[in-house]
Amino acid sequence: MIEVRNLVKKYGNHTAVDHLSFKIEAGRIYGFLGPNGAGKSTTMNIMTGYLGATEGEVLINGHDILKEPEEAKRHIGYLPEMPPLYMDMTVREYLEFAAELKGIPAKKREDEVTETEKMVKIRDVEHRLIKNLSKGYRQRAGLAQAILGFPEIIILDEPTVGLDPKQIIEIRELIRRLSKNHTIILSSHILAEVQEVCDYILIISHGKLVASDTPENLEMMLGETTGVEIETEASSADIRLILKPVPGIESIEISQDGEKPAKVQIRVKKGEDIRERVFRAFASAGVPLLTLKASGTSLEDVFMELTQKETVPDAFIRRTEKPEVSAVSEERKEAQKNAGDL
Amino acid sequence: MLAIYKRELRSYFQSMVGCVFVAFLIAFTGIYFMAYNMTAGYPYFSYTLSGSLIVFIVGIPLITMRSFSEERKNKTDQLLLTAPVSLGKVVMGKYLAMVTVIAVPNVIFCIFPLIIKSQGTAYLKVDYISIGVFFLLGCVYAAIGMFMSALTESQMIAFISTFGILLVLYLWDGILSLLPSTAASGLVCVLILVILIAVYIWNMTENIVLAGGAGAVGAAAALAVYIVKSSLYENLLSNLLGRLALANVFTDITNNNIVDLSGIALYLSVIAVFAFLTVQAIQKRRWS
Repeated sequence: MIEVRNLVKKYGNHTAVDHLSFKIEAGRIYGFLGPNGAGKSTTMNIMTGYLGATEGEVLINGHDILKEPEEAKRHIGYLPEMPPLYMDMTVREYLEFAAELKGIPAKKREDEVTETEKMVKIRDVEHRLIKNLSKGYRQRAGLAQAILGFPEIIILDEPTVGLDPKQIIEIRELIRRLSKNHTIILSSHILAEVQEVCDYILIISHGKLVASDTPENLEMMLGETTGVEIETEASSADIRLILKPVPGIESIEISQDGEKPAKVQIRVKKGEDIRERVFRAFASAGVPLLTLKASGTSLEDVFMELTQKETVPDAFIRRTEKPEVSAVSEERKEAQKNAGDL
Repeated sequence: MLAIYKRELRSYFQSMVGCVFVAFLIAFTGIYFMAYNMTAGYPYFSYTLSGSLIVFIVGIPLITMRSFSEERKNKTDQLLLTAPVSLGKVVMGKYLAMVTVIAVPNVIFCIFPLIIKSQGTAYLKVDYISIGVFFLLGCVYAAIGMFMSALTESQMIAFISTFGILLVLYLWDGILSLLPSTAASGLVCVLILVILIAVYIWNMTENIVLAGGAGAVGAAAALAVYIVKSSLYENLLSNLLGRLALANVFTDITNNNIVDLSGIALYLSVIAVFAFLTVQAIQKRRWS
C-alpha cells in the first residue's frame, strides 16, 4: 500500500529523518510514536507530498509521490498538525472547496460533504465561520477535510491534540470505524492513545525507526522484568521474613511512607508466577494483603527506553535483550520511586 | 484550478481588499475624468488613464500581497500542495483570480469613453486599446507581486517589496537619463554581466574551471567586439535597461497614440516569466 524506502530529510546540517524505511499494509491502523521533534511530522509531510525528501522514495499504491504526484495524492487524505483551515470561510464552504480540490464530481459533492459532516459531528456548525469556532470544532473540520472523498489512506498528524476527553473518545471511535474500509496512519506523542487505537506501532526517535511491531509484541520484548506488586500493612522486616521462604524471588524492594501501607515490588525469575505462593505465605503468617497484582513492563517502559537514549539499542530490532537495557529500566524505576516519595 | 480560482475570488470580495481596490481605482480615475475630460474638455480618455497609473502602484501590491504569503503563514498551503492538483494549476488559479479583480474596474472604465462620445467627439479606438493595455499592465504588475508574495511569509514584506519594485519601474525613465551613454560604459556593463553569469555558474555547479572558462571566453568576446566595432556599445546601457520601463508601452499610447505590438509581447512574456518563477519559488521551498 505505502512503501517508504530509505527516506532522508536534511535541514541544513540537521537530519530530521534518517534513513527511514517501512511498509504500510492495507486495512490496519498504524501509529507513529515518538517524542517531540522525532521526525514524525516531517515523515508525514514527505509521505503526502508536501515536502521533498533529500534522499529516498515514497510509493503510494505503486505511484511515486514525486514522479506521479497527482495519481499518488488521490489516494491520500491528510490532516496536518495544524489543520489547514481558511478562517474567512464557513465550514460548509470550506468542505465544498476541499471536495472540489480533491476532484470529487459535482453531483456527488453535496452528499459527500453532508455525510462527512455527520461523521465528524459538525453538521450543527456548518454555517458558522471557521474563525469563530473552538479548537475542537476546528480540529474536526480539518479531520472532515481529510476523510472527504473517502481516500484509501488517511494520514492524521496528532488528531486529538487540543480536544476535550469526550471529543477524544469520539474521534477514536471514528478512527476505529473508518479503519474498516481505510488504512489509517496517525501520529502521537501520547502513548496511551496509540496503544488504545493502533494495531501496529512504529516508534521513531531522532529520525530513525527504532521499533515496529504490534503493541502486545512490543510489551513482550521486556518480558524478563515482570514481577509482583503487593501492598500490606506489615513492617518491612516482617515482609522480608514472610517472603524469605518463597521460591522464585530475585529481589525485593520496599517503599514505606509513614502510616500508609508498605508497597513492595518483588522481582521474579523469568517465566514464574509466584502470586499464589506469596498469597499463601502472607495468609499463613496471618498478615492481610491489601493488593496483589502482577506488574509487567508496560509499553511506556519500552517507549521511554527506546526514545530516551541517544544511541538506539539494536536489541529491539533484533528482538534480543542486552543486560544494560534492564539496568536502565531499574534506574528509571528508582527515579520514579524517588519522585513519588518527594 | 477552478476551485482555487473561485475560492480566491470570493475571498477577495469578502475580505474587502477587492472592493477597496476597485473603489479606490474608480474614484481616482473619476476625479481625473472630471478634471481632464469634463471640465477641461480634452476628448481622450486614455490620457485620464495615464494619471491613474500611480494608483496601480499602490493598489496591485494590496491585492497580491496575501496570495501566497498568507497561505504559508496559516499553513493552508498544506491543503493545496497535498491535494491532487499540480502546482502550476494552483498558481494559475490564484493568478487568474487577481486578474479578474483587476479586470472589474477596467470593465467599468469602458463606460467613460461613451460618456465623452455623448458630449461630442470621442476617439474610441485609442481609448479602448489604452484600457486593454492598462489592464495588461496591471496583469504584469500582479505577476510581479505574486512572485514577491511567494518568496516571503509576511504580507507586509510582500507589500513593501512589490511596491518598491513597481515604483522603481514607474520612475525608470528618470533613472535611465542619469546613465552614461559612451561605448566604454557599455563595455563595463557587459563585463559586469559576464562576471555575474560566471559567479552564477560557479554557484550552481561548484566547478571553478567551468565557471572561470565561461567568464574568460565571455570577457574576451566582449573585448574583441569593443576593439572591432565600438559603436555597438554606444547607448547600450540605456537601450538594454530601457526595456525595463514597462509602463512606456502604455504611455506611448496615451501620450502619442502609438501602439507598440512588441511591447504587448513583452508584457505577455513578463507575465509568463513571473508565473514560472512563482512555481519555482514554491518548489524550491519544498526541497530546502
